[in-house]
Amino acid sequence: MGFDVGVLLQHKELLFQGLIVSFQLTLSAIVGGMLIGTCLAMMRMSRIWIVSALAGGYVNFLRSLPLILVIFWFYVLTPKIVGHPIDAYSSVLIAFILFEAAYYCEIIRAGISSVKRGQVQAGLAMGFSYLSVMRYVILPQALRNMLPVLLTQAIIMFQDTSIVYVVGVRDFLTTADVVANSTNRPIELYTMVAITYLVICFAASQLVSRLQRRYAL
Amino acid sequence: MNYSWDWGMLFRDPYAGWIVSGFSTTCILAIYAWLIAFSFGSVIGVLRTLDNKILRTVGTIYVEIFRNIPLLAQMFLWYFVIPELLPADAQRYVKRGMPDPQFWTAVVALGFYTASRVAEQVRSGIQSIPRGQQNAALAMGFSRLQVYGYVLLPIGYRTVIPSLTNDFLGVFKNSSLALTLGVMELTATARQIEEYTFQSFEPFMAATVLYSCVTLCVIALMRFLERKSRIIGTASAGGR
Repeated sequence: MGFDVGVLLQHKELLFQGLIVSFQLTLSAIVGGMLIGTCLAMMRMSRIWIVSALAGGYVNFLRSLPLILVIFWFYVLTPKIVGHPIDAYSSVLIAFILFEAAYYCEIIRAGISSVKRGQVQAGLAMGFSYLSVMRYVILPQALRNMLPVLLTQAIIMFQDTSIVYVVGVRDFLTTADVVANSTNRPIELYTMVAITYLVICFAASQLVSRLQRRYAL
Repeated sequence: MNYSWDWGMLFRDPYAGWIVSGFSTTCILAIYAWLIAFSFGSVIGVLRTLDNKILRTVGTIYVEIFRNIPLLAQMFLWYFVIPELLPADAQRYVKRGMPDPQFWTAVVALGFYTASRVAEQVRSGIQSIPRGQQNAALAMGFSRLQVYGYVLLPIGYRTVIPSLTNDFLGVFKNSSLALTLGVMELTATARQIEEYTFQSFEPFMAATVLYSCVTLCVIALMRFLERKSRIIGTASAGGR
């Protein structure tokens, strides 16, 4: 049983669609996760203890759970809350956004704390409001500090999207699995999937380290 | 929301036993995988700090390959592809003779995947030690092996205890991916109970609580260990 490239070429459109779904899922989860993550980070750094405790509890709780379990939770939970069945893709997307928000929160918080405290006070002393200090002084510097970590997290998340396999969303890995089962060619398909992920993630991580060298403060 | 709660089911006959066995499978799987990850990852991490260029490259290639392929894809590779590449005798053993093949495949996949992460921690731990300590040890007549065994590794491990804790918790959480190969670990058990009883909240809640409890316990234990093993006078003392 040799290595048959024909199987891959024959199903290349299907596989490519799967890859697109993986990218889509990653991108939407990044956008959503960043938005909620930023709010969470602000809450965590709040002076009102109940607000920061709430955000801290959320972050630590979600970080202690496996992603698969969170995906299953939303897979069974969302239809029951909404009252009617929803498609697996939406439930997975919600799970990803809420799960990744916890990780992004920690990254953003670390980025903001990396800017020296005195700068906030200097900004306030010059008559800026708290929000404009954040907007014009702290966030631009914090963003630069945390950019490499944010991008690395994005790469990790791209790999994590393969987990949607467990609820049958047609991402790259699931599509390859379906093709592998229907053509009985698991070796070719799984090897191709692994190599594709390897190339994409390796290239992306090289790019990140180049960026990091260029934009480091 | 219309739902009839039945928390008692978690303690009733077949289900209580399932949860216990699922939880112990998760723990055993995680511990075996961690043993592989820690020992093999340490070797790779050390390779990456050596002066020999070839060995260093071998370490780098290992880390890049295992870090950049999703764990799930790696599990499928170990389970479906690697056995086909083995010589005939070994192939027969893996396919027919090996007891509990899904479990051991998951252990191996998870172990070697995490080893790439451990390797990075060990490397950064060793590289955070000022070069002078290594030179001092060499000047005192230590062999390369002794320098690593008595100076670099003991200090390196202690500085990266928090990151290693994270990696261990990663193994613990990632062991849930073994369900894709059919291993009945905690998450798979919760799913099975749901399918048998149509009660979805209780079993998932039980799994959630168990996962969080273990994570909290491990974090508390490692904080304690970290305090005990802190190196006096270093910035890393005390952790985050």
